[in-house]
Amino acid sequence: MEENVIDIKGLKKNFGDKEVLKSVSFSVKKGENMIVMGRSGEGKSVTIKCIVGLIWQDEGSVKVFGKEVKEMTENELKEMRTKVGFLFQNAALYDSMTVAENLAFPLTRVLKIKNAEEIKTRIHETLDSVGLEDTVDKMPSDLSGGMRKRIGLARTLIVKPEIILYDEPTTGLDPITSAEISELILAIQKKNNASSIIITHDMQCAKITGDRMVLINEGECIGEGSYEELQHSPDKFIQSFFK
Amino acid sequence: MYSNFISLSKKAFESLGEQALFLGSFFRNIFRRDFEWNELIRQCYLIGYRSFPIVALTGFVLGFVLTLQTNPSMKEFGAQNMVPGMVSISAIREICPVIIALICAGKISSGIGAELGSMNVTEQIDAMEVSGANPIQYLVVTRILASTLMIPLLTIFADGVAIIGGFIGTNISGDMSLSLYFRKSIAALVFSDIFPSFIKSVLFGFVIGFVGCYQGLHSNRGTESVGLAANAAVVSASVWIIIIDAIAVQITSAFVYN
Ligand SMILES: Nc1ncnc2c1ncn2[C@@H]1O[C@H](COP(=O)(O)OP(=O)(O)OP(=O)(O)O)[C@@H](O)[C@H]1O
Ligand SMILES: [Mg+2]
Repeated sequence: MEENVIDIKGLKKNFGDKEVLKSVSFSVKKGENMIVMGRSGEGKSVTIKCIVGLIWQDEGSVKVFGKEVKEMTENELKEMRTKVGFLFQNAALYDSMTVAENLAFPLTRVLKIKNAEEIKTRIHETLDSVGLEDTVDKMPSDLSGGMRKRIGLARTLIVKPEIILYDEPTTGLDPITSAEISELILAIQKKNNASSIIITHDMQCAKITGDRMVLINEGECIGEGSYEELQHSPDKFIQSFFK
Repeated sequence: MYSNFISLSKKAFESLGEQALFLGSFFRNIFRRDFEWNELIRQCYLIGYRSFPIVALTGFVLGFVLTLQTNPSMKEFGAQNMVPGMVSISAIREICPVIIALICAGKISSGIGAELGSMNVTEQIDAMEVSGANPIQYLVVTRILASTLMIPLLTIFADGVAIIGGFIGTNISGDMSLSLYFRKSIAALVFSDIFPSFIKSVLFGFVIGFVGCYQGLHSNRGTESVGLAANAAVVSASVWIIIIDAIAVQITSAFVYN
């Protein structure tokens, strides 16, 4: 079980003159939850967008399931994307659709499930797991920010992806819901043997869900290890995250 | 000044190239499996049905005003009974298709541009793509096909309403029975009036959908770009409509009217 499902080496990305990523390298093993931390605007979101080919890096290599993303054909990329779930930082719900239609979208379009009964049960199950069963027929515009985030999470999880990229799953949630979401992430990992990258500023979430952590600063990885290891790191900057 | 011109024309060519690529991906995605029928029908409803009131009003006013404007001068020649035919020919050949298309450029192209633009800005398009679904198939193909289907229908509807408007305009000063009016205006029409104008409005419909989708999907990040995308959609759809109209008149006068 020591194979890497995600392998990032020397990732570099500029936007115009702005150097965002200089050299980011880390890997995620099968069944592992990897926490990514760093200050706002350091390029954490950019990093995980490179994994699914939403942003193309300037240099460096990103391998998913052992295959270089840049060299994938259109079909391979699509195939890979169906196995990778992506929770957007701002949830990115389809706002012309109801919550149920949002959740059904990946089921019917990607998994090509035709059975209405199955779709219904899965929607119900998934909404239940994020604690929002009663929003089925609501429009995204009628939901609060935290609810949108949880529906976004439900839409990501409903296809049972093998790899899940969470972009700040608990930001904007109250401490109780945050803790519930963290437990949910942990449960998903256990149940589906899913591997995840979790970007978060929430130390509680990091502590609960993370197997390992990596810290990104000024476009480079400055620390990697378990929660305890980093917590007791002599580095002042790393220390400051744990206060 | 000179380098400004160079960079401007370079941008224009790049955007033309991108539009050509976009056109290519539209055609590649039409014939994919699992055609999005439901979304197509929804878009036809939104684009077609929702535009009925404004199209009806426009068509009516066009026929009405055209009649009132031409009546006095035709009266001088004693050619008043030619008014119905004249109005229907000018409305159907040129005025209705172009005016309706321009109105729809303002209403539909900008609507699509703003909708897809805001989906783009809020990462909804990215979300679709990343889930492994195909945003071109779901969003673009359906919208372009819907407007290609609905604009000609709206134009035909406007043609009919324009004739009614003309009838009412005639009856303000003179009086002519509805059936006589209809016979006169239909009798003046020949196939070569109707067919080219129909083809023209199909092209207008395509351009309206295409430009809206293109501008929406190629909007920049940031909320202000939603407005820019909508605006760019109207401007460039209108320009295309006028260009197509100019080309179409050359073609029809060369082949059809002789
Ligand atoms: N598509 C893009 N085009 C241009 N610049 C971009 C793009 N995406 C991100 N950036 C820039 O890259 C930098 C890093 O952005 P990113 O969203 O990855 O930050 P982040 O680490 O996720 O921050 P936060 O914790 O606030 O979410 C920012 O300065 C942003 O402006
Ligand atoms: Mg981010």
